[in-house]
Amino acid sequence: MKKGNTVFFKNKPRISSFAAICGSKEKEGVIGGYADVTLDDDMYGESTYEKAECKMLTNAVSLAIEKGGFKERDIDVMFSGDLLNQIISASFAARDYDFPFLGVYSACSTMSESIMLAAMLVNAGYIGRAVAATGSHFASAERQYRYPLELGCTRPPQSQWTVTGAGGCVITDAKEGIKITSATMGRVCDYGVTDVNNMGAAMAPAAADTFMQHFRDTGSSPEDYDMILTGDLGALGSRIVKDLTWEKGYDISENHVDCGEIIYKVIETEFQGGSGAGCSAVVLNSYVLSKMRAGLYKRILFAATGALLSTVSSGQGESIPCISHAVDLEY
Amino acid sequence: MGQEILDIFLAFLKAFAVGGGICLIAQIIINFTDLTAGKILVYFMLAGVVLTAIGVYQPLVDFAGAGATVPISGFGYLLANGAMKGAERGFFYAVTGSLAAASAGVTAAVVFAFLMALIFKSRTKRN
Amino acid sequence: MTGKTGENYNNNYLNYVKTQDPPTRHFKNCAAAFGVGGLICCIGQFIRLMLEYAGLTGDELAGTTSVILIFLGCFLTGLGVYDRIGRYAGAGSIVPITGFANSVTSPAIEFKTEGWIYGMAAKMFTVAGAIIVFGVFSGVLVGLVYYFI
Repeated sequence: MKKGNTVFFKNKPRISSFAAICGSKEKEGVIGGYADVTLDDDMYGESTYEKAECKMLTNAVSLAIEKGGFKERDIDVMFSGDLLNQIISASFAARDYDFPFLGVYSACSTMSESIMLAAMLVNAGYIGRAVAATGSHFASAERQYRYPLELGCTRPPQSQWTVTGAGGCVITDAKEGIKITSATMGRVCDYGVTDVNNMGAAMAPAAADTFMQHFRDTGSSPEDYDMILTGDLGALGSRIVKDLTWEKGYDISENHVDCGEIIYKVIETEFQGGSGAGCSAVVLNSYVLSKMRAGLYKRILFAATGALLSTVSSGQGESIPCISHAVDLEY
Repeated sequence: MGQEILDIFLAFLKAFAVGGGICLIAQIIINFTDLTAGKILVYFMLAGVVLTAIGVYQPLVDFAGAGATVPISGFGYLLANGAMKGAERGFFYAVTGSLAAASAGVTAAVVFAFLMALIFKSRTKRN
Repeated sequence: MTGKTGENYNNNYLNYVKTQDPPTRHFKNCAAAFGVGGLICCIGQFIRLMLEYAGLTGDELAGTTSVILIFLGCFLTGLGVYDRIGRYAGAGSIVPITGFANSVTSPAIEFKTEGWIYGMAAKMFTVAGAIIVFGVFSGVLVGLVYYFI
């Protein structure tokens, strides 16, 4: 059933299990105690950072399958994507498995898009169990989107830090677990921000648009949620998204939480928090879902945001189109 | 003897003030415009070339020594100076003079970068 | 709510974003740039002085000084120290010739995983190539102007 841009899942697909792996910098933050594996060495025993990213993603998927008590043959399909060109980490991780793979790209909002797509297929009854996973690595993202690691350049205070980590979850037609009740498909929003260091400002309109679409379609209001979770807006973007929704009559300031803002200790004059596909994946699949399963949160709106730019588009002076998909989680 | 030490001290002071001053100008430009490191390097090198060509940079080099030659504008000074000296010798040297003068810097950068790439690996950062 | 509503709204939003920007710490940035930049130039002056005592003069003296500085820049980049200095000092470590060395060495180290020829060697000048291109071009222009006048 669909209303507006929101699909409602009447069969209530469930998140049966989840797993997250995070790097050494992330370990020191709030999620350190909740992630299943924490790395001491960001190389993860591999020869390149791209291989390390792929290995993190593979291990997150395997752990999620294992923690749910499933076997590899129980899984019908895997939805995954990442930030690298031609989503190599996800595709390369998928070659280790026997089940089919559907590649997804929506930058940092890949986690919510893959959960949404998996839930749609499970709800329709086409498949029984699907994996949704994504990850990112600071060093590989830095090299692709910015500069070589050893180049001595300053980071502007608006910038964010790409999270090293991967998270995955298994979405099934089981009768217990965290319910996925509805999902709002995002529209691409572009307000003309061209500064590639200021992702928070570029992505905030997309998040606000998806939130308000979701509230309108479901007839809910911000107070109905224990937590409204965005992916990687950072401290600056979080302020902007609160302003944008407040302007339109929705007050989310009480229960809005941003994954990027809580993953590190943010010093606003230096950087705004975490970013990257791994940011929302790690925080959701460790801290948030654990707390939810413990009964601390009853209902969460999870909307990861993604900046759909490439180095070519920003080199040609294009502005940054952004997207945000939301999934409504209940326990 | 005392005079000599004072001269050396003064030379260092001048190098510090002029070199630091050039970096300070670059930093002010970065603060107000979001120019990236690569663009700053190119603009300062070009500024060095232009200032040398109109005869402003040479007195600065005479005054501050390393303070004017170590910043990237000094590289521009080297290029322009080579071209100007070459122009006195003939057309061929006018064209090749600039890169010939800068050959030491470029060669050193290529050779040492190659050696470092042989030895080191890039490492990830924590902050 | 989308960007389709036209240029005007976009400008309003961009102006609003500007008001939300975290403040740039001008004084701290500038002081660090001045101090570190001046220090690197003093190191250059010191090398120059030592070489002068060793009996070098003229072009040889200037050239050897920059070669030694470039070596230091490359070596500190390899050790992973230069990017830390750069993060703190900003233009203070970008503008000196050691910053040029850093911009050559860092891609060379970074991209060697893509092979020695197409990775390390071809991408060595991704940042610094522009300096060589504009430097040589403007140098030739200056040479020609001086030759014809």
